[in-house]
Amino acid sequence: MFRLIILLFSCSIPFISCVEKKKEIASEANEKNTVISELSIFNLPSRWTTQNDNDIELKELQGDVLVMVMIYTSCKAACPRLVADMRAIEAQIPENKKENVKYVLISIDPETDTPKRLKEFAVENGMDSNEWFFLRGSEEDTREFAAVLAVNYKKISPIDFSHSNIISVFNQKGELVHQKEGLGVNTKETVNKIVEIAR
Amino acid sequence: MKTQAFRLLFALFVFQTMLYAQSEGMVFIEGSRYLPLYGRDSTVVEVKDFEIDIYPVTNTEYLDFVVKYPKWQKSQVVSLFADESYLTNWKNDLELKTSEKNDSPVTYVSWFAAKAYCKCQGKRLPTVDEWEYVAMADEKTKDARIKSTYNQQILDWYEAPRTNTSVVGKTQKNYWGVYDLHGLVWEWTLDFNSILISGESRKDVDKDSNLFCGSAAINATDLMNYAAFMRYAIRGSLKAKYSMKNLGFRCVKDIEIQP
Repeated sequence: MFRLIILLFSCSIPFISCVEKKKEIASEANEKNTVISELSIFNLPSRWTTQNDNDIELKELQGDVLVMVMIYTSCKAACPRLVADMRAIEAQIPENKKENVKYVLISIDPETDTPKRLKEFAVENGMDSNEWFFLRGSEEDTREFAAVLAVNYKKISPIDFSHSNIISVFNQKGELVHQKEGLGVNTKETVNKIVEIAR
Repeated sequence: MKTQAFRLLFALFVFQTMLYAQSEGMVFIEGSRYLPLYGRDSTVVEVKDFEIDIYPVTNTEYLDFVVKYPKWQKSQVVSLFADESYLTNWKNDLELKTSEKNDSPVTYVSWFAAKAYCKCQGKRLPTVDEWEYVAMADEKTKDARIKSTYNQQILDWYEAPRTNTSVVGKTQKNYWGVYDLHGLVWEWTLDFNSILISGESRKDVDKDSNLFCGSAAINATDLMNYAAFMRYAIRGSLKAKYSMKNLGFRCVKDIEIQP
């Protein structure tokens, strides 16, 4: 009998259609005046939560140079080095340009990486000032964002992921201008690119 | 008492068929645990019950979609979401080139486009594990991977040229009632970017010992399954905005259970 009820319930599910899509189209129309270029990541409608538990859309970061990387906080192997690379990059940006650069670290493990956990991670690593953003989103949006960055990742055990180590730089309009692959690779080239485009 | 139980059973049967018939063009797949070529820790993965499209999405169906959602038309699509080959075999936004067939699988579509299409049908793309689970069946068995004929047939297709201009539903129906998983076009999966065996992964991936080509032979679970090796390798080389000649897709749907 119970099964029957379940079946009846599930019949009502298929009617959820494309509501979100429509919303997206509507919001696009509203924002026609702030022109977003076709290759901009600000085309992504996804919403994210920061380490301070604030809701954010990538668009809100428009106007700054964005340095992005995907990590997860329980990672013991590559991520600490990726994070170190991010800090090394930040340290090399001249004072007068620092304000125009934001550093965005996106979790590939949104289940574990709650805002609270991201906050702790940020504090532990001395990356909790205003230019650092630690973001978590839905699993779907995370997968999509990784696709945009050409980052591949896979959960290989309950606590571990394998993932590509890529640091990406976006200009003020959200267009990808530089990617650095690999760990401990010289950060000089990345820094030069940032300095070149930062105001 | 006995009759009551019988009645209930009968009702269940009737409803079951009604439910599964509800999603038109889909069949029910009973989930299970199985050992994919590349799993978590090289062990079994669990696939839950779901429904899958019987055929890959066709040109006609995709046309309906772009009519409804113009942002996915050839001239409208944002280049972040599709490269310049997107729908290159279409004459314009709403017409195929004359050389193309309505019932051919839609190809030259990016992952973003495929994902949006499925979402707009209340569906989603299958995961790699789900796709491989359904695709390991032949006509008679759920898991035909041990049969040499299974692998040979697929490999024969991989060698056959221009299968993308064929129409859907011409290959052998498999155990689940699904067509064209092999023998027509490659298909997008939701988490195609979970495959870490691309050339680049040599340098940019950390814990790749069980995913990386060189060591794959040690850890992959089924050394005879060359066909699966090829599929994983292709997925690993894709980027989400790529639109390719022999890459289409189909959708799946979760069986929602409400407590």
